[in-house]
Amino acid sequence: MKNTQPETGAFFPRDRDWHPKAYTPGYKTSVLRSPRNALLSLGNTISEITGPVFGHDMLGERDNDLVLNFAKPGASAIGERIIVHGRVLDERGIGMSGVLLEFWQANAGGRYRHKKDNYLAPLDPNFGGCGRAITDENGAYSLRTVKPGPYPWPNGPNDWRPSHIHFSVFGYGFVQRLITQMYFEGDPLIPLCPIANAISDPEAIKRLVAPLDMANTIPFDARAYKFDIVLRGRRSTMFENRPEGN
Amino acid sequence: MVQSLDFLKESPSQTAGPYVHIGCVPEFAGIKGVYPDQLGAAMVNDKTRGESIVITGRVIDGSGTPLTDAMLEIWQADADGLFNSPAELRGTADPNFTGWGRQPTAGDTGVYLFETIKPGRVPFPDGSLQAPHISFWIVARGINIGLQTRMYFGDEKKANSEDPILNRIELNTRVKTLIAASKGNTYTFDIHLQGENETIFFDI
Ligand SMILES: [Fe+2]
Repeated sequence: MKNTQPETGAFFPRDRDWHPKAYTPGYKTSVLRSPRNALLSLGNTISEITGPVFGHDMLGERDNDLVLNFAKPGASAIGERIIVHGRVLDERGIGMSGVLLEFWQANAGGRYRHKKDNYLAPLDPNFGGCGRAITDENGAYSLRTVKPGPYPWPNGPNDWRPSHIHFSVFGYGFVQRLITQMYFEGDPLIPLCPIANAISDPEAIKRLVAPLDMANTIPFDARAYKFDIVLRGRRSTMFENRPEGN
Repeated sequence: MVQSLDFLKESPSQTAGPYVHIGCVPEFAGIKGVYPDQLGAAMVNDKTRGESIVITGRVIDGSGTPLTDAMLEIWQADADGLFNSPAELRGTADPNFTGWGRQPTAGDTGVYLFETIKPGRVPFPDGSLQAPHISFWIVARGINIGLQTRMYFGDEKKANSEDPILNRIELNTRVKTLIAASKGNTYTFDIHLQGENETIFFDI
């Protein structure tokens, strides 16, 4: 029998050595934007274990199709057509349904549709660069897009971002909120990237690199990459720390 | 030999970067027509119960400069202290209040602004009441992992003095960094990433 009662257990603590530290001088902007005091560790209260949820009915038909969602009728975005798909799991390995994912990325030439991006590469009139999806009952999601190009950025004298897609992920509790980036298997720019290297453990960086998934490739149409996302797990609610008798 | 503790590891965070607006507040980035509206822009409507308030402020870096490329999200209870969330098992929250908001800091001044209502008090796990508060999550270029903090209300002195979290804060000279100054229905809450007034951030 399926347990339909929402879980209310406290979330597992974040492994702060696994995540990037706040202060990572190789990524220069972090220098002035990193708190210097220790974080104050606190247990979860109801403010943390609750969070907003979003219904599938808010999605438009093309929300997860970046090839078409900004294109003029009959047109499509320029670039290597790809599908990105995977599951959202929690740290216990449980597939999470109803999770809202938002994506954004540069176009195939490495240019963002944003007033602050003045890279030489041209905008694609048929590519906006945003999309979103909500996971199904098994935690699965997919999107179709064009592979984003690498781009240069002002940090060191010659830094280039590897091809990447930004992901924003909601869980069930507000403290599961996560923003991360997906990289592509085999990209030689990953080990050179100061932002990827803000993560100190090479094992952790690997979790952000999506492998090519030939099994899910659509012949003569689009290659597939598989990208699973893991959010904080939570304790069983059976023996939560509360006064006896409550 | 023992069984392995086969938990997965949380996906590591990466910065939201300078173009977070494209994905999260696309209308603000000038990308129109992909979605019908901007998620989190409206928390209230004309039927929402409670006292209407405005929360505004800046996110300030270690040189004293407000960030003009940050994004903030807030999460709070309704006027009766109930959350609009499936994990809220104590009752049903006001259907005309989302409890969740999302706003960018302005590209010129760095000011953010939320129109919401004052939250009711919610319980602490030991059964005592917390002071009214709003959870904040702040992301931006140069922030490697979203920063978590809370805003409390400057005009709730009694509730604040009883709050189990404010009372637990070891460095009580820093508690003031969590308390928004009130003027009429407007609360000003500046978030300092570094420096003398560095905001208390939580690992929660
Ligand atoms: Fe990027």
